[in-house]
Amino acid sequence: MQLGKATREAYGEALAALGAEMPELVVLDADLSKSTMSKKFADKFPERFFNIGIAEANMVGIAAGLASAGKVPFASSFASFLICKGFDQMRMSVAYQGENVKFCGTHAGISIGEDGVSQQGIEDIALACALNGFVVIAPADETEMRAAVRAAALHQGPVYLRAGRPKAPIIYPDGKSEFVIGKADMLRDGRDLTIIANGLLVGPALEAAEQLAGEGIAVRVLNMATIKPLDTDAVVAAAKETGAILVAEEHINHGGLGSAVAMAVTAHAPAPMAFVNIGDRYAESGTGEALMEKYGLTTADVANAAKQLLARK
Amino acid sequence: MLAQSNGLTLDALRDKAKVIRRHVVEMITAAKSGHPGGSLSAADILTALYFGGVLRHDPANPLDPNRDRFILSKGHAVPVLYATLAEAGYIPVDQLTTLRQLGSTLQGHPSKADLPIMEASTGSLGQGLSVGVGMALAAKMDMADYRVYVMIGDGEAEEGQIWEAAMYAGAAKVDQLVAILDYNKCQLDGTIEEILNWEPVAEKWAAFGWHIIEINGHDMAEILRALEEARQITGKPVCIIAHTVKGEGVSFMACNNEWHGKAPTADECAKALAELA
Repeated sequence: MQLGKATREAYGEALAALGAEMPELVVLDADLSKSTMSKKFADKFPERFFNIGIAEANMVGIAAGLASAGKVPFASSFASFLICKGFDQMRMSVAYQGENVKFCGTHAGISIGEDGVSQQGIEDIALACALNGFVVIAPADETEMRAAVRAAALHQGPVYLRAGRPKAPIIYPDGKSEFVIGKADMLRDGRDLTIIANGLLVGPALEAAEQLAGEGIAVRVLNMATIKPLDTDAVVAAAKETGAILVAEEHINHGGLGSAVAMAVTAHAPAPMAFVNIGDRYAESGTGEALMEKYGLTTADVANAAKQLLARK
Repeated sequence: MLAQSNGLTLDALRDKAKVIRRHVVEMITAAKSGHPGGSLSAADILTALYFGGVLRHDPANPLDPNRDRFILSKGHAVPVLYATLAEAGYIPVDQLTTLRQLGSTLQGHPSKADLPIMEASTGSLGQGLSVGVGMALAAKMDMADYRVYVMIGDGEAEEGQIWEAAMYAGAAKVDQLVAILDYNKCQLDGTIEEILNWEPVAEKWAAFGWHIIEINGHDMAEILRALEEARQITGKPVCIIAHTVKGEGVSFMACNNEWHGKAPTADECAKALAELA
């Protein structure tokens, strides 16, 4: 698939664009603005940008204080540091208080590559979903990220956005007029099974569906960018209409999109399910591509899992 | 337009602090749990803030955007805040004894969601100063002149986030921000000196770029002078180190760490109230 910009780059661009129309928008970073790309906003609106230094917990608290005084803060860092080091602050100062703070965890997943486990945010979705009232979004490509940043800014309440380091396959070549929080996108319809994916697994899901079509298997593909609140209607319809659901995500096995979809399926429309994800393990250093292959997140992995799932239908 | 009110006289302030201490003892007795020691140590400072003409606030318009903010970062001392707010007209006094009861807005630790006049939800220690820094930054951006006061416990300052916030506020010269350290010398497991000695505390905060004022936190005149001095400081945050006594005002609780987190019995309550008459 054709590669577009990284979703983190789209995050920075979207902030810089929104800054002009939203004077209350402020951006915070913890000494990673060149990597999270929040620098694109900082360069344009230096008086509304706060580099807090390498102190994520403090950054989250300061963002909550700014929000309580009417600002709309976006705070970013690597997903691993932002959510692991800022979690209690997100719980107490943001979620429990109901503050209107937006977060973007970049360099999520193992596709960040060579930096290794300490920098690979692979449990961020589980943690973000555990925060009461949080909206949790993992956009698939640059277009979707730009739209999601705008939707997050306009949403009243806390939002966690997940961004990746590498260039992302273009899923929306013709643009995306609007991002609707909590609404799945059906990218392809089929009757034999459904693949529900988000982030960097949407590309492999579409490619796997194309391959399987060649073998006479008609696959529905849902881009489930919003993990919380989940589009339960789309999940239930997929379970009823296609009879089997495969969930693919760049996250550990516990507490991510797979868990969320499984709850919806078992509660409303039981159907066989399978999961493509990192599993319950840490990865290692290596190129992003090599890691995605070694840890089972390629098009071939998705296609194989789909065929095994079909056999259980 | 929100204005500073005239403060009470020193004698009236001392009487008010006594009333607030009585509420604290009664509330915790009724709740059968809570933290009397650290509530009583903070009573004089809260009295000075709310009744000494320090805080710009209006119970008729509690969320006025130009109000001064007070954050109780040492959230376990919330009975003294509820008691002070009740005396100031924010909460009906007869609601105070619903502290910690099911369905009460007076949660065991401050909850902004339950009681919007709580400026921050605290209780997981170490978090209030960062929130205060954010508020003070917003004030600066909006060219608003409200001030942000954050009360921090001495044991609480063992949390790393306090120092992250202290370092940032000092380096970024966040003024309109006043940290008040309730230095009552004790934490749950023992004295500060035994558990984790933070001395030299004044030097630490000064090294982080704060203007230091050190006072007796039970001397009303000293407290008012310190808060007035804090109002005059620009270009840097202010740290008031208030030397206090845990359990101050009740003889059998004073300096007795057993009363960090224990409710008085009915007899003990009566004895305490007699002392606070």
